[in-house]
Amino acid sequence: MNRYLELQLVEQAIITLAAMILVTSFALLGQSRVVATIRTFAWQGWLLALTTALVAWDIGHPHLYLSAFLTAILKGVLIPWLLTRQARQLGILRAVDSIVRPGITLLIAGALVVFCYGVALPIGQLVEGVTRDVVAISLANVMLGMFMLVIRRTAVTQVVGFMAMENGIFFAAVAATQGMPMVVELGVAFDVLVAVVLFGVIFFHIRDSIESLDVDALNRLSEVEK
Amino acid sequence: MIALALTLLFPLLGAIVLGWLARPNASSLLNIAVSAAGAIASFVLALNVLASGPAGGKLFYIDPFNVYLIALTALVGFTTAIFSRPYMAHELEQGRIGGGRLRLYHASFQGFLFTMQLALSTNNLGILWVALEGATLATVLLVSLYRTPESVEAAWKYFILCGVGIAQALFGTVLLYLAASQAIPDTDDALLWTELYKHAAELEPSVMGIAFVFLMVGYGTKVGLVPLHNWLPDAHSEGPTPMSAVLSGLLLNVALYALVRVKMLVDGSLAEGTVHDPNLAGYLMMGFGMLSFIVAGLFLHRQRDIKRLFSYSSIEHMGLMSFAFGLGGPLATFGALLHMTVHSLTKSAIFVTVGHACQIAGTQSMEQIRGLISTQPNVGWGLLIGTVAIAGFPPFGVFTSEFLLLSATMDAWPWLTIPLLVGIAVAFSGLFRHLQPMVFGIKPPGQEALKINMLPVYLHLFLVLWLGLAIPGFIAGWFDQVTQLITGRGLL
Repeated sequence: MNRYLELQLVEQAIITLAAMILVTSFALLGQSRVVATIRTFAWQGWLLALTTALVAWDIGHPHLYLSAFLTAILKGVLIPWLLTRQARQLGILRAVDSIVRPGITLLIAGALVVFCYGVALPIGQLVEGVTRDVVAISLANVMLGMFMLVIRRTAVTQVVGFMAMENGIFFAAVAATQGMPMVVELGVAFDVLVAVVLFGVIFFHIRDSIESLDVDALNRLSEVEK
Repeated sequence: MIALALTLLFPLLGAIVLGWLARPNASSLLNIAVSAAGAIASFVLALNVLASGPAGGKLFYIDPFNVYLIALTALVGFTTAIFSRPYMAHELEQGRIGGGRLRLYHASFQGFLFTMQLALSTNNLGILWVALEGATLATVLLVSLYRTPESVEAAWKYFILCGVGIAQALFGTVLLYLAASQAIPDTDDALLWTELYKHAAELEPSVMGIAFVFLMVGYGTKVGLVPLHNWLPDAHSEGPTPMSAVLSGLLLNVALYALVRVKMLVDGSLAEGTVHDPNLAGYLMMGFGMLSFIVAGLFLHRQRDIKRLFSYSSIEHMGLMSFAFGLGGPLATFGALLHMTVHSLTKSAIFVTVGHACQIAGTQSMEQIRGLISTQPNVGWGLLIGTVAIAGFPPFGVFTSEFLLLSATMDAWPWLTIPLLVGIAVAFSGLFRHLQPMVFGIKPPGQEALKINMLPVYLHLFLVLWLGLAIPGFIAGWFDQVTQLITGRGLL
């Protein structure tokens, strides 16, 4: 425990924000309404932007301020807005995408976090400060996003899980390595934006072909043909 | 460097212009012209690099390894554009797509070629990731081009599985950057391949080991390695056939290229063997490669759709290549490079004939495709000879490369030649049990020949035959330079 008491204020703040982002990931897993899921995702985006701004202020990198601004606009506003609009047009904004066994789901999620700490353990010998915890927590966010993809059945909430994964990776890039080179960050942001637009197009294709957005009904193709 | 700029600009501008051009005939001709121009620019680039050595700055870096794939990508892109003209015209005639979708098709096709060339030519491992994700984005609407329930399902799977997979590679890239920013003073340069390769021995092995696992899962998904392959047969079978040809012939190669590049870094970092086994990356690639090779060979026997059949064959060959790159050493690497070339040439030629065969028969179901040789001899023979080549018969190039790979395996891991030989035999029987009735069977009444252009098939099979009979000294020297780059030792 002593290790955490000796940290600088900024590092303590970063670890707190990491914990809050992890909480939003759990909240994403537990939400059953589509609209609440999207809203939680927006919160996660804002926390991510806040972390980026904090790191920018700490090390005085001007390009990180730009990156924080981009994150806030893209993940805090634009993507949630696009998803909400699409969900409204599809008529599933207020729909419930219930989780089959919430207790077991959250227990598995907890186990995943422990597993991620295990994976990140060797990194601790290399770097000082909070990097190991940050890598572990961002990896946990990635895993929880993947887990959300597995347990959710609506296409829209699956996309939220997908984007939450991306958030986890972005958090690692910002908090553990002080941001990737600008050109890479811009490229990734561009990809994410295009992906959201394309997901929107495919939502409508799915609805037109199976008349719902329940991806469990997408089961025509199989590995071995009958 | 002008040649490099043109190699990248032609497909980019092509994508923009073709997205607007509403005249089907003109746009398919323009598609061919743009691809041809890109191919010529890439050949000039290749000749320059081979004559004067690696070139490039912070943004782009061209060495014999990537320029060989750049030239191959541009060539297959060009021949596939030739193929897609009669193919898409037929689809338009049949009413499977409209004019708007044709525009989408052409723009996506050129956009895809652009992302491939960008991924290959960039010096920045982050941009490499961006371009590979861009390739998914460019092709996802092509998979669902026909808007059938199956194609929409395939597009969704493709998007989600590839997206999730490649997100792991981004996490791996972040970890790589974490290790690199400790070793490379200017962190803005810490993702540049040239810098990373120079400092490979200083990268922290404990981080690099974890990073490679993530990169392997991420790029391995795009390579189509089992058990991450589920998107591949669906995407190949439901989209238009020219897209299957470029996915099999190009995308899988480029993803494997990314994997080999990071393997070179990880090998340098783990060389001392204090934290992980120095050959960790190689073992992982060998394991996943062998698994893919065997599993895909078995799945060949249970297919009914002709395009799914050949996409499993692609998984099988990508597995073999990953295995060979994992094995390391000059002989295996040389064989793997040759195999990448002949596989992508042969497989795209096969998809050209498969595309026309499906149009002749009006179905993709192998039980209903019959009598191709009696209906249209060049399609039937093209499919037969292409399949003979891909199954590894002499005198075709696939035989040569598989023989090299088997010799290398015999040298390093003698016991593993047994599963390899069994796998080749299983795959061979899996292909031919379906093929024989399709090409030789009795022609159903009313089945007629189509007006098509077989030039891509002739050209590809001729090249594969040539590489099988005698690899020209120029090409062998080129592959040897690449082998030297990857393993540190040449073969010749």
